[in-house]
Amino acid sequence: MNIVYAVALLGVLAAVFGLILAVAGKVFEVQTDPRLSQIQACLAGANCGGCGYPGCAGCAEAILAGKAPVTACAPVGAEGAAKIAAIMGLEATAGERMVAHVACNGGIHAGKNFTYRGVQDCLAATKVCGGDVNGCRYGCFGFGTCVSACKFDAIHINENGVAEVDKEKCTDCGACRAACPRKLIAEVPYKQKVFVNCANRDRGPGVVKVCTDSCIGCGLCERTCKLDAIHVVDNVAVIDCDKCRNCTMCAKVCPRNAIEPIPTEEERERFKAAQKAAAERAAAKKAAAEAAE
Amino acid sequence: MSITSLLAISLGAILTNNFIFSQFLGICPFLGVSKKIDTAVGMGAAVTFVMGLASAVCYGINSLLKLAGLEYMQTVAFILVIAALVQFVEMFLKRYIPTLYTALGVYLPLITTNCAVLGVALLNVQNNYNFIESVVYGITGGLGFLLAIFLFAAVREQLEFSDTPKAFEGFPIALVTAGLIALAFMGFSGLQVWPQ
Repeated sequence: MNIVYAVALLGVLAAVFGLILAVAGKVFEVQTDPRLSQIQACLAGANCGGCGYPGCAGCAEAILAGKAPVTACAPVGAEGAAKIAAIMGLEATAGERMVAHVACNGGIHAGKNFTYRGVQDCLAATKVCGGDVNGCRYGCFGFGTCVSACKFDAIHINENGVAEVDKEKCTDCGACRAACPRKLIAEVPYKQKVFVNCANRDRGPGVVKVCTDSCIGCGLCERTCKLDAIHVVDNVAVIDCDKCRNCTMCAKVCPRNAIEPIPTEEERERFKAAQKAAAERAAAKKAAAEAAE
Repeated sequence: MSITSLLAISLGAILTNNFIFSQFLGICPFLGVSKKIDTAVGMGAAVTFVMGLASAVCYGINSLLKLAGLEYMQTVAFILVIAALVQFVEMFLKRYIPTLYTALGVYLPLITTNCAVLGVALLNVQNNYNFIESVVYGITGGLGFLLAIFLFAAVREQLEFSDTPKAFEGFPIALVTAGLIALAFMGFSGLQVWPQ
């Protein structure tokens, strides 16, 4: 008989509490903005943290509060930003699409000081012998810390043993940039095609010793560029993406294959011939002008 | 019941019979949420709040059980009550005191399964406390928890920077520290102010 009482009493208690909670749920209901869940549905949902807020829910809240722009979520791009803008009743002012880029093409071109058999992680490798695994103190290790940081499968180690970004998949979330212990990954416009793939800031002779495809800071590209878009800073060429129009003249003139796209021999020859012809034409013109005087 | 007995209960709950350091109740949040002082204090405040409330409500439930002659169902009934209570309090706070709700944050629902809260309800029954004594014991027990977790968090913040041997890094050294603080709290056992 006792067991019946026990079951009954606890059952009644539980039912009463259940009822109270159900009623309380209705009475104390907090109205949340319906736009919150709509905005969250438009975000990437990877909780990558690239926006600087704690996860996608935090980002949605910040957008709703007006603290973050509708373009805060880089992974969903302009399309997603337009959707969010429509929910918020704003015009989307999407920025230029940006992607990550790895500024090193060393890998197999750079020598190795010793064979590293430790944890296959770039940060771990930097801790061994001052990180001198590669001959180059600035270059990519190729252990793929950035690869594991990427939630979008957009960065891989290429055949040269260097990390390479898949532009189409990249969402510019910034995870790889934060993960790279050598700070080799930069944010560049999607439409940019010409890159200096070297980050070695040592002087020319030192660089030549460690890597065949490297920038020695000779300044040939700087002198060739008609748009003032490439400059040697700290012994390494840097492209100003705002000025660059992807003419690839700097790549063709680079004696060390440091600028992407790396030209074929034929292209290089043709460019040299064209340059020579142009110089001859200019000289002839000058001579004609002097003769006319 | 007099002021002296309430004082004795408070002193016992905070120092001599501290819930963490001498009764070893509520160790889970004590270790889990003590990495930073501000989160630790948040947790302590939430525990104090819920322990006070739970003591009051469980006192009522216990008299109900006594009436039905079902005292042996205490544990089950108290768990049920505490879980429902925490849920209810959370809803209430979210609606009416959102500042307190955000301050307590994730700690409030975590407390549902905290054994210090269940412990205080059961100890109230064991010690035959009346309603006021129960509430006082609940609140001061919570304050004791707050004190313990605050002290421990303060030590752990310093431990982060200390040069601990590799094998002791993280939890091992934290547990050693907790043991040492517990030993220190043993010193309070001479402080008994039992009412005659």
